[in-house]
Amino acid sequence: MDKRGKKIAGTMLYVPGVLLMVLGIIYLPITASMSLAVAAALGGAAMTAAGLYLNHSHKTKTLTARTVRYVLLSLGAVIMMFPFYWMLSSAFKTSAEMNLFPPSMAPNNWFDYGNFVVAFETAPFARYFMNSVIVVLSSVVITAFTTILGAFAFSRLKFPGKEILFSLLLSMMMVPFEILVITNYQTIVKIGLSDTLYALVLPFISSIFYTYILRNFFSSIPDGLYWSARVDGCTNWRYLWKIMVPIGRPALMTIILLNAMASWNSFMWPLLVIKRDTNRTLPFGLYSFTTEVGANNELLMAASSVVVMPMILLFFLARKQIVNGVARGGIKG
Amino acid sequence: MRVEMKGLTKHFGPTKAVNDFSVALDDGELICLLGPSGCGKSTVLNMLAGILPVTGGQIFFDGEDVTALPPEQRGIGLVFQNYALYPHMTVLGNITFPLEIQNVPKDERIRRATQMAHLMHMEKLLDRKPKQLSGGQQQRVAIARALVKNPRLLLLDEPLSNLDARLRLEMREEIRRIQLKTQVTTIFVTHDQEEAMSISDHIVLMKDGYLQQYDKPQELYNEPDNQFVADFLGNPPINNFPGIAGDGHFIMASGAKFLCPGIQRVPQGRAINLAVRSESFVAQEQAAPQHMAAAVESLYQLGKEEMALLEFGGTSFRAYIAYEIGIKPGQTLHLSLKERGVFFFDAATGDRY
Ligand SMILES: Nc1ncnc2c1ncn2[C@@H]1O[C@H](COP(=O)(O)OP(=O)(O)O)[C@@H](O)[C@H]1O
Ligand SMILES: [Mg+2]
Repeated sequence: MDKRGKKIAGTMLYVPGVLLMVLGIIYLPITASMSLAVAAALGGAAMTAAGLYLNHSHKTKTLTARTVRYVLLSLGAVIMMFPFYWMLSSAFKTSAEMNLFPPSMAPNNWFDYGNFVVAFETAPFARYFMNSVIVVLSSVVITAFTTILGAFAFSRLKFPGKEILFSLLLSMMMVPFEILVITNYQTIVKIGLSDTLYALVLPFISSIFYTYILRNFFSSIPDGLYWSARVDGCTNWRYLWKIMVPIGRPALMTIILLNAMASWNSFMWPLLVIKRDTNRTLPFGLYSFTTEVGANNELLMAASSVVVMPMILLFFLARKQIVNGVARGGIKG
Repeated sequence: MRVEMKGLTKHFGPTKAVNDFSVALDDGELICLLGPSGCGKSTVLNMLAGILPVTGGQIFFDGEDVTALPPEQRGIGLVFQNYALYPHMTVLGNITFPLEIQNVPKDERIRRATQMAHLMHMEKLLDRKPKQLSGGQQQRVAIARALVKNPRLLLLDEPLSNLDARLRLEMREEIRRIQLKTQVTTIFVTHDQEEAMSISDHIVLMKDGYLQQYDKPQELYNEPDNQFVADFLGNPPINNFPGIAGDGHFIMASGAKFLCPGIQRVPQGRAINLAVRSESFVAQEQAAPQHMAAAVESLYQLGKEEMALLEFGGTSFRAYIAYEIGIKPGQTLHLSLKERGVFFFDAATGDRY
């Protein structure tokens, strides 16, 4: 075979091989006949390899590298998304479908929202939702405010004991939340706020960690900006809100988003301080719901789907900022 | 505005950044604060601005003691090396910001900003963000922002250092033009002697936190007060010959000696540095005992004249030689000294005789 022929034959093997391999891998978790999917994936891989052997041009090589990368990433994405898919699909199943063995991959009727109705009738999810919104909004707004003020003080102002105070605060970050919970609980009980929504907000109106992040961002703003403004008669307060906060908006948005997610998902603290049903937030409400509905997993899944939806929406709306924030802070969302 | 500093001193812990600095600057001039990096120029400027508190001494603006006055009450405009523009505001927003702080009505703000933009030739850039501007344009905006509130004093801290060579030349002429037009007293910090020489009415030359000389650029060049001033100004740098003053002659360590006009001012036998500008050598046709017999090492053509790299008595030096003389590398050249551009500095103290 001449070179050209080899190349054409290689491409003809390569292209369907890649397709077969990708399809095989994708269908692996979904299809009924698993052996067929495995066969397709393996056959596709073999064809790709043979095609590559015949046609080893630079273009094919980069194409292969890219394909392999995307296949691996897709696989990762499938693994990560599967629990969500499982939750969502279960929410539309009937009790009988839930108990099938082997489990079915999809509900019979994707439009049967009966589980949602039952779930919402069983527990006051609307109330939980309201509580969650109130708590998240209050703590996020107040935290943002205190964080901005703290970050400004530690990055720009000069006052005695600044360094010591700052290292003290940083060392407090080492104390795990679980230890603070005990003293926080005692405080809340003592001032008579236990079993109120205030108890859910009060311990979370400032954050050393976010202050630290924002301080670092503020410190990176050149001194010249500050002195230009000061020379023009700008006060610290005005400089903070007119110059620093607008410049720090990306960092601030990240902080607000991370804070909102953490606050929305907060579970242990409400479990401790909230007794009354009407003061529960969503995650806690969901938890009590499990005990109330017993083994009715489809109802639980319906409720869970609703609970996670706002955060998923938030994530899609502010994906870039969250990803940047996680990358910058090296923190888990 | 007349700016006067009396015994101005600034210490940062053990670092003595500025020492007993006294100088009175004239109204309406462009004054360069010149000196090598780290000599305390920015520190002086920041004390004038009120950004840094002084360790000692006083500052007077038009005779009024402003040493303790906060920055916003001093009526100054500031421009930094890195422009320090507000990145989230447009050019117009940046220029109007100082007026906004002073609660100037909006249409007045815009009118004055536009006028400023007109003066700076950047009317078309008003709704751009700083990121969308070149370095030179950003510096124009910074200057416009500093000038829009009609300051009594404009302070510029190395405003051209971040620009490339061609733009630097253009911008310094621009700054001079605007200064002449607005007549605002301007203090311009730079470490570039050529920059200072070309645009300023007066130069304040500093070293290690001490004032070296305050004079007109040409005076600084023609009549340096000490060794440092002579060394710092001029391109090519001044030539230094170590030796002692003899009877009307200058005698080098090697024993080589030559006639030196004006050396009578120096006490006999004193160890000195003879400093000679490259343009102060005169080539002689004939050898004579009172001339320097220098060896020509290499030559650079400069059009109408040549720059010769020479050696005499163990010291290398540069001299401009008229083209017609037609010297060649390796030959011996007989030189005498002019009276102008020849200085005698004490070898120990650097003081001029
Ligand atoms: N905030 C400061 N703290 C300590 N030392 C400083 C500070 N600012 C300047 N210095 C020191 O003071 C000296 C003069 O600095 P500066 O005025 O910035 O010099 P220049 O502007 O001429 O380059 C330098 O030795 C510098 O290290
Ligand atoms: Mg400086």
